[in-house]
Amino acid sequence: MIDIIRSEWTKLCSVRSTMWTLGTAALLMLALGALMSIAVKNSHQGPVQPSDVAEISLMGTNFAALAVAALGALVVTGEYRTGAIRVSYMAVPRRLLLLAGKLVVFTAVALAVCMAAAFAAFLVGRTILGGASLGDPGVLRAVAGTGLYLTACGLFGLALGALVRHTPGALVAAIGLILVLPQLTRMLPGQWGRTVNDWFTSNAGLQVAFPSPASSLGPWSGFAVYLGWIAVTLAAACVLTLRRDA
Amino acid sequence: MCPKPIAVKSTTMRMILGLDRPTGGSVLVDGVPYRDLRHPLRKVGALLDAKAVHGGRSAWDHLLAIAQSNAIPAGRVMEVLEAVGLREVARKRIGGFSLGMSQRLGIAAALLGDPEVLIFDEPVNGLDPDGILWIRTFMRELAAEGRAVFVSSHLMSEMAQTADHLVVIGRGRLIADTSVAEFIGRSSQAYVRVRSPRLAEVAELVKVGHLHPDHLRVTAMTPLEIGALTARAGLPLEELTLVQPSLEAAYMELTKDSLEYSS
Repeated sequence: MIDIIRSEWTKLCSVRSTMWTLGTAALLMLALGALMSIAVKNSHQGPVQPSDVAEISLMGTNFAALAVAALGALVVTGEYRTGAIRVSYMAVPRRLLLLAGKLVVFTAVALAVCMAAAFAAFLVGRTILGGASLGDPGVLRAVAGTGLYLTACGLFGLALGALVRHTPGALVAAIGLILVLPQLTRMLPGQWGRTVNDWFTSNAGLQVAFPSPASSLGPWSGFAVYLGWIAVTLAAACVLTLRRDA
Repeated sequence: MCPKPIAVKSTTMRMILGLDRPTGGSVLVDGVPYRDLRHPLRKVGALLDAKAVHGGRSAWDHLLAIAQSNAIPAGRVMEVLEAVGLREVARKRIGGFSLGMSQRLGIAAALLGDPEVLIFDEPVNGLDPDGILWIRTFMRELAAEGRAVFVSSHLMSEMAQTADHLVVIGRGRLIADTSVAEFIGRSSQAYVRVRSPRLAEVAELVKVGHLHPDHLRVTAMTPLEIGALTARAGLPLEELTLVQPSLEAAYMELTKDSLEYSS
């Protein structure tokens, strides 16, 4: 397994798309957080609540999530697009081990970058707005939660990539499931509709990234629900990976 | 491996490598399914499609990732790049490689694990004469080192110059599994050409020949038999040649019944 991880590490580090997508994600976090902080500072009178500082400085999350999800998808679909997946399967014929190797390496890299980006974005926002620290209630959890949420989005992208095996298809699925459909479920009527909305992918996952969650799910149980979505997608991808011809 | 058009050879190779699942039966490499080999690249090296690589990676990174997955030391990467003549471009992106260079890179990847068995699918397709000559020589060298080199091709003249042993497949069935010489010998088109200033007398002596204006064609006797016969009769000969059909002609003759789509 360690051989496969080393191999996947080499693969991830040797293509430009890795730097571009992770760079874009980090840049979006910092730039949007800074822009929103400046806008709020200019329009708002008096001090800003610490929880609001955290929320404003992490405004880039939704956009950064897509960049990370794109990289996750590319980790798998990039090999199918070129046909290089057959070379990979010749080297590692146990396909799930190969997928596990990709998953481990991607998770480690994405977690490091996303955590750093989330904390950096908060520090930038706090510098601009002032009056908040990581020690304030819910703030540390929200900032670290943002790093976790972004990483999970990347894993969702990877799972969708392994399921669809096609870059555009995986990207459309990721945008739909992470960004578009979670907005549409808000329009569902009644108590039943609210439950579906709360449990739907990023609606649940984002709770951990909000300083003061507003959902029937708590921050951690919400995040667990999101991981559940990812696990189901990944399980389906595993079954199909074993069945299909490469 | 020289199957009739309907592609079964690539699929067969892919099934050996565990990429495609056979509808029935199983494929074993050294007694075990390919996917049960712990470090498969140390046993079998294969080149299926030279262009199936990530163009953004350098040749070095591409080979390093493959080597690491099978616990092959990184030093081996430079060795194989050297062997196929790509040392100078090791740090260049693969995307800019010509087909010939990609083919060499694919062969380098197959050689990484120093395997006993090598599998090349249509290795000379689309290559220029220099590239074809290089691959042919290289494959013969690999075979001379004691490796089994498994090559698929539909270019019969190419096979005649490279292969020792032939596996011919038509409509998914095995037509021949034999040496190149034996395969050609099976053809009915082999004959002995005899020329002589006294051709008519020779024809009368040999009996089984077909008389042509300037030579005699004999199919039922070997040159040795004809030579002995004419020598005893004191007849002078100008030519005594065993004419064998090309591998291509023998192939066409022996596979015509299994042609799925004849033109």
